Amino acid sequence: MNAAQFESQLAHFPNYFANHVLLVIAALVFGIALSLPLAALAIRNPRLAGPLLGLASIVQTIPGLALLALMVPLLGRIGVVPALIALILYSMLPILRNTVTGALEVDPDVLEAARGIGMTEEQILVRVRFPLAAPVIVAGIRTAAVWTVGMATLSTPVGATSLGNYIFSGLQTQNTVAVLLGCFGAGILAVTLDGLIRMAELAATRRDARLAWISLACFVVSVGLSTAPILGDLVGERTRPRASVGAKTFTEQYILAALIAEKLDDAGFDVVIRDGLGSTVIFQALANDELDVYVDYSGTLWANHLKREETAGAEAVLSEVKRWLLAEHGILSLGALGFENAYAFAMRRDRALELGIETLDDLAAHSSTLSVGGDYEFFSRPEWIAVREAYSMQFDEERSFDSTLMYTAVSKGHVDVISAFSTDGRIAAFDLVVLDDPRESLPPYDGVLLLSKSAARNAKLVDALLPLIGQLDDSSMRNANRRVDLDHRPITEVAHELAQKRMD
Amino acid sequence: MISIREVSKKYSVGPGPNGADEGEIAFAVEDLSLEVAAGETVVLLGASGCGKTTTLKMINRLVTPSAGEIVVEGRNTRDVDPVELRRGIGYVFQGIGLFPHWSVAENVAATPRLLGWDEDRIRARVNELLDRVGLDAAGYRDRRPSELSGGQQQRVGVARALAAESKLLLMDEPFGAVDPVTRDGLQRELIAMREQLDLTILLVTHDVTEALLLADRIAVMDRGRILQIDQPSQLFSDPASELVERLLDMPRRQSARVQDLIHGTVAEKTSGNVGGDE
Repeated sequence: MNAAQFESQLAHFPNYFANHVLLVIAALVFGIALSLPLAALAIRNPRLAGPLLGLASIVQTIPGLALLALMVPLLGRIGVVPALIALILYSMLPILRNTVTGALEVDPDVLEAARGIGMTEEQILVRVRFPLAAPVIVAGIRTAAVWTVGMATLSTPVGATSLGNYIFSGLQTQNTVAVLLGCFGAGILAVTLDGLIRMAELAATRRDARLAWISLACFVVSVGLSTAPILGDLVGERTRPRASVGAKTFTEQYILAALIAEKLDDAGFDVVIRDGLGSTVIFQALANDELDVYVDYSGTLWANHLKREETAGAEAVLSEVKRWLLAEHGILSLGALGFENAYAFAMRRDRALELGIETLDDLAAHSSTLSVGGDYEFFSRPEWIAVREAYSMQFDEERSFDSTLMYTAVSKGHVDVISAFSTDGRIAAFDLVVLDDPRESLPPYDGVLLLSKSAARNAKLVDALLPLIGQLDDSSMRNANRRVDLDHRPITEVAHELAQKRMD
Repeated sequence: MISIREVSKKYSVGPGPNGADEGEIAFAVEDLSLEVAAGETVVLLGASGCGKTTTLKMINRLVTPSAGEIVVEGRNTRDVDPVELRRGIGYVFQGIGLFPHWSVAENVAATPRLLGWDEDRIRARVNELLDRVGLDAAGYRDRRPSELSGGQQQRVGVARALAAESKLLLMDEPFGAVDPVTRDGLQRELIAMREQLDLTILLVTHDVTEALLLADRIAVMDRGRILQIDQPSQLFSDPASELVERLLDMPRRQSARVQDLIHGTVAEKTSGNVGGDE
């Protein structure tokens, strides 16, 4: 841990926090606005109450990350909208449940009196049921607020900036400061929000107009202050053109995004980095023009998007991928950056020697007694199926890890072999050996710079990025990864070094 | 004022423990007719479950009759919007049912607000009624129901029922929840108020003494029917059945036993022969 690292992380705080606050407040406002009328409907038609609450409970049982991820294919887009919709759905259960329960459990004597003096059902609802259920309803809103603050940290992978950017990138780069900053921000927000809602509730039950104004003022001031850093972006006129750079969920992607951002910033763009995006999410975003540029790998595109099962030479894959991207999605592949980050099966050197394993053929012979580790994606990727079939492997156990943690897992012996990334600095640092692939079952994985349809038409943007093509070799990429993962240097610093060393 | 004509209320009885009596129909009120003249106080007297509360609730359509018709102030209640009907009839509820989130003044003002009175008129009416039910308006207006005693709460309940200037007051065991001393006071006040305001009252109770003290006429009910309806003195002198006779005689027998106790006839008390027939 060092001061430079802390400072570089802290610099993100206003932006991440502001986005987080906006996301949470918007979700709660919509959540309340939708839940109350639905609750009113359920109270008026008790037969609806069961199914409605059941539905909300089902939404609740979907894990937060899955619900967010589901929104992307459902809506066909990434960013704030899918995140917001998932958060709204998530916030609705406690509000809905508490409102319905609270309103139905009002003292029957009071309800009879309300009906008997001539209130309509609507008047009973608005003047009697809701006010009397207010403490229960507010308790539901408070629960929803705290849940939403927590769940909003998961909106990073669908492309909405939040405090989750700290947590996801921190986990990826083993940067504890970033993770703690994310947790700290979420904690502060949850406590503050809860306090403000509690204050408003107190003002309502005591019918204290002064307290009501104070809590409203506190709310407006805190939201205003916390969102000030991005409010300008939302309403102000932009003097510089905008560009957005995407990054998947691993260190190399964070570094490359920072490197691209630096180049674009130098060229006069206002750059937004959307990091921590899943593989399919990021591709979809580029195809939809929601993202301007990111780095993908030829083999990944070849296997996952072109659905090709055979392998081919690096040049053939590159040109075929380029042709396909343009024809199918209007995406421009600006060219290969020069390095390859292939899937590579890696083992601890002593273990490999002990078992006499040098190639995937050797590995296959022992596979029935070995366990294999991979990142979250790996075991569902076509490459894994291709390798398994090519070598007839049948492992005793398959374990998924965060891609950062699998290196530690193999070096500590929790698994025997992992699907490493060839540019990862930890292969050398942990003294792992990479096994040969004599049957060439894995395609080449050249890093390629991809531009969206509209970015491809932007000559200034293209000109700013062209100098990167062919300039990053395997060893400089591996070094950069190592500097972040093992030396814990700030990403922007490492990206800057990479830019200086190669491009000057 | 009120004319109840051959009214019945049927309930379908759900399956019993053995499921044998599934779909059976039970009458809460059966073929009941009753006229209440303007300015009159009629008491529906009977044990729990005899249908007296159901009868009361059918008048302002809190319960819908299965058969028959009810005419209130010349209008068949079936042809009147129930909400409008209820706003025109004062109702004192068995559970009092004050709105706990509203002040005393807001509770009393409930129906006038629903009727869209202007605030000055509401304010004047609330103050007048609070004073009339014996609650100093200045001191009680802004209190919450939870700050009042049971008797005070029921006073507010009566004020609320009278707020919209209805001459017709339906009262469902209005003094059931208060202690005997308070009940006595409230009953006397009701009698005074009835004269001053020229009220027509239909009151439900199972308390024979209360019925005798308040009623111009008493309708004795049992199992959804009226056994006899007459002035209290008629009921004593000419009871229609043994059940009516025994019911009406109860206060006198009780008071006799109290007399015995006071005069120390302890022997009778310990012998166990204490009117087990009630």
